[in-house]
Amino acid sequence: MASLPVSTTINSDDVEYLCHADESLLDVLRDRLGLMGAKEGCGTGDCGACSVIMDGRVVCSCLVLGAEAEGRNIETIEGMADGNTLHPLQQKFIEHAALQCGICTPGFLMAAKALLDTNPDPSEEEIRFWLAGNLCRCTGYDKIVRAVADAAIVMREERA
Amino acid sequence: MSLDTTYQGRNFRSVGTRPLRPDGVDKVTGRARYGADFNMPGQLVARILRSPHAHARIVRIDTSRAEALKGVKAVVTAADLPDLTEGDQGLFNTLENCMARTEVLYDGHAVAAVAAIDARVAKQALKLIEVEYEVLPHVTDVDMAARPDAPKANGTAPNIAKQTEFGHGDVDAGFARADVIVERSFLTEQTHQGYIEPHACVASCNSDGTAEMWVCTQGHFVYRQTCASLLGLDVSKLRVTSSEIGGGFGGKTHVWAEPVALALSRKAGRPVKLVMSREEVFRASGPTSATSIDVKIGATKDGRITAATAHLRYSNGPYADGWAEMGAMTSFACYDLENVKTVGSEILVNRPKVAAYRAPSAPMAAFAVESAVDELAQKLGIDPVEFRIQNAASEGTRSSYGPVYGPIGIGPTLEAAKAHDHMKAPLGPNQGRGMACGFWFNFGGQTCTDLNINADGTVTLAVGTVDVGGSRASLSLIAAEELGIDYKDVKAVVADTATLGYNDMTDGSRGTFSSSMATISAARNAIEVMRQRAALIWDIPVEDIDWEDGHAVARGENYGNLPPLSVADIAAEAGTTGGPIAGHSEIVADGAGVSFATHICDVEVDPETGSTRIKRYTVIQDAGKAVHPSYVEGQYQGGAAQGIGWALNEEYVYGEDGRLQNPGFLDYRIPVCSDLPMIDTQILEIPNPNHPYGVRGVGETSIVPPLAAIANAISNAVGVRMTHIPMSPPRILAALDREKAG
Ligand code: FES
Ligand code: FES
Repeated sequence: MASLPVSTTINSDDVEYLCHADESLLDVLRDRLGLMGAKEGCGTGDCGACSVIMDGRVVCSCLVLGAEAEGRNIETIEGMADGNTLHPLQQKFIEHAALQCGICTPGFLMAAKALLDTNPDPSEEEIRFWLAGNLCRCTGYDKIVRAVADAAIVMREERA
Repeated sequence: MSLDTTYQGRNFRSVGTRPLRPDGVDKVTGRARYGADFNMPGQLVARILRSPHAHARIVRIDTSRAEALKGVKAVVTAADLPDLTEGDQGLFNTLENCMARTEVLYDGHAVAAVAAIDARVAKQALKLIEVEYEVLPHVTDVDMAARPDAPKANGTAPNIAKQTEFGHGDVDAGFARADVIVERSFLTEQTHQGYIEPHACVASCNSDGTAEMWVCTQGHFVYRQTCASLLGLDVSKLRVTSSEIGGGFGGKTHVWAEPVALALSRKAGRPVKLVMSREEVFRASGPTSATSIDVKIGATKDGRITAATAHLRYSNGPYADGWAEMGAMTSFACYDLENVKTVGSEILVNRPKVAAYRAPSAPMAAFAVESAVDELAQKLGIDPVEFRIQNAASEGTRSSYGPVYGPIGIGPTLEAAKAHDHMKAPLGPNQGRGMACGFWFNFGGQTCTDLNINADGTVTLAVGTVDVGGSRASLSLIAAEELGIDYKDVKAVVADTATLGYNDMTDGSRGTFSSSMATISAARNAIEVMRQRAALIWDIPVEDIDWEDGHAVARGENYGNLPPLSVADIAAEAGTTGGPIAGHSEIVADGAGVSFATHICDVEVDPETGSTRIKRYTVIQDAGKAVHPSYVEGQYQGGAAQGIGWALNEEYVYGEDGRLQNPGFLDYRIPVCSDLPMIDTQILEIPNPNHPYGVRGVGETSIVPPLAAIANAISNAVGVRMTHIPMSPPRILAALDREKAG
């Protein structure tokens, strides 16, 4: 099958790759670009483990075609920290023990970042509904919700 | 030096604190490597062809067209996995479950596998494999399968595979003395562990007869053993490295496709990566049993249980190595009973081979028993907590499964529930409150640990129990505690099978319990070595040296001018005092210490739709000693959430054709964030007398009470006793309709 050339931006870097027309962005990230932070939990858009941010919106990268990334701006977990400085969400997830096995964590962090980028002061209910597309089987979500709420406080203080 | 494991009491300085976990940064930056995150040079991609039938004879498999496809490097069938099991039935079942031999026994049973240069070619190749089936009658329902006229699920073996009995006393006499008797039957549907990471491995067999495997597993030593036996390899020649594991809950204690990956690699002469799809995970790995349970409990007017019986039927999948026994053992473990009898039956059905799921078999048994206990309390007009307190087991009670209890937590968790403000909070319309208790044994087992003192005085702790939820943090705390040093100076790693002695699985809540025991033992051995080294440095008798707060201290007036030596001071002199300093430990950890929990739950049921919302949830559980309380709370909350999903929504749905109809997260719906409230936890600490720090396993008990607690809450909310799990909206509406119809 012929491959398509794609030019895109990933974590602020210009990236070019070739991919098949039916290849998912998740497969491109993991298998072609070595960005394995996004995980495949289902491949059908039901678990959120593959979440990345595309043009400011959180998407399941297993449901996006690699070719659709053309000209877009993609953020992945690998670009979340600023060098050795963790993003407040990352720091709070560790502090609150909001991960057990951690397989869902990159997806939750991406989804939570998209939330806090648009809504800096979400209620518990807003957090819960925003994150409803991300499955976690280990934590019961309690500590995840607390970590997100706490990170929101830190980020508001940083902005102020 | 053999370890004195008795609990001696202690003022902890590290244990019980909440430091950051050592693998945290890797996991929030996407750097942690899970099963599917590893690649090898020249690696091929594997795919498995699975049966579309619930039960069929394999008449013929023709792989020639697949083999001829460009890019295909190997195709394997059962012929490539010859039977080397030498009469070991359990091992044979594992082999046959990995790859069907003469019959396929469930929808999703593997029949062939390919390794190709990429996933695209591998998928194409699967389509070219021709399998001719002769469809056989099948049975998927546990009660149907138990009938004498039911189709046989597997060859000529009877569907009622194995019965186990527990109990003591004379139940007939006990019932004769009862003033009130409750007798009911209950059903629970099959559920999956639902770990978010599908099974994944990279297998590499070399031409020199050695092999390596990278795999997500709860027990790489056991995987090594099983795979080596099935492939005919020397154990020493197979090196298994456990990846970070994306959830297991028991489902990753059994091999599923790993031997197939090794067989493909052996045939192709190249490394092979095999990752299951979510559909494969549902169809062909791990579910727990569906059950059908009859319970009978009698009590006197003043609330004393006189007799109790349960007959528990667990669906097994097609093999006679299930978990009904655990259900029969745990059913009445919370209570002090004079007359009790339980029977556990394993029933063969044409569904996937069941696997352990967090406190295997206990949640269903607790659902049935705790529902009946609640109903009995209601009939007697006694508060359900009070009724349980009156009948609770305590130290010295002979348990329903045999052993006599030491100090246990059932009474204290009930007293804590009684005193909890959750119990006193007002309820709104359509709301109900329920509570229930749960028990789990916990296990110990074989454990091997190395503790190395590095040249700068920091410590590397190598353990062989896979870290499924923060145990590296807990074990670092333990090492720091025993050595008297800072948590930050200890780094725990999970060693591979070539670098450490054998370790059992991380199952039965044993990870932190048994590895902490081994870690304490290794640390004590290292302290002994360090005392000897200090004796050489100071040139004084070793008997005059104590170990205090991470330092060798010379005792007695003669040594007043000797400043204490830190671990770093001693390590710096290691080269001139006898070489590297380390402590090792190889133990069978005994005395895991049983654990009990009481859960309280408020629900609101919408009478129009039958849908249930959990309004409030409280977990009270004995941890013995919470090493890292955040991760203990996490275990409590995670178990409760899984129980909530099981109680309300999750179930395997089979069609008439015997095929699984909902093998995906869209139709097999596990709880999401917006389904749940915060889950409150209360950790009780009743020290385990058989552990130096009093630690008990904590991972499993939390999934035992929720089914019953929620069923009791819903029954209280709607006024109808719920007897079929999951209590999905249609089932609740049907129960309400039946009630109306009288
Ligand atoms: S892998 Fe994309 S949503 Fe599950
Ligand atoms: S921490 Fe394991 S799935 Fe979320």
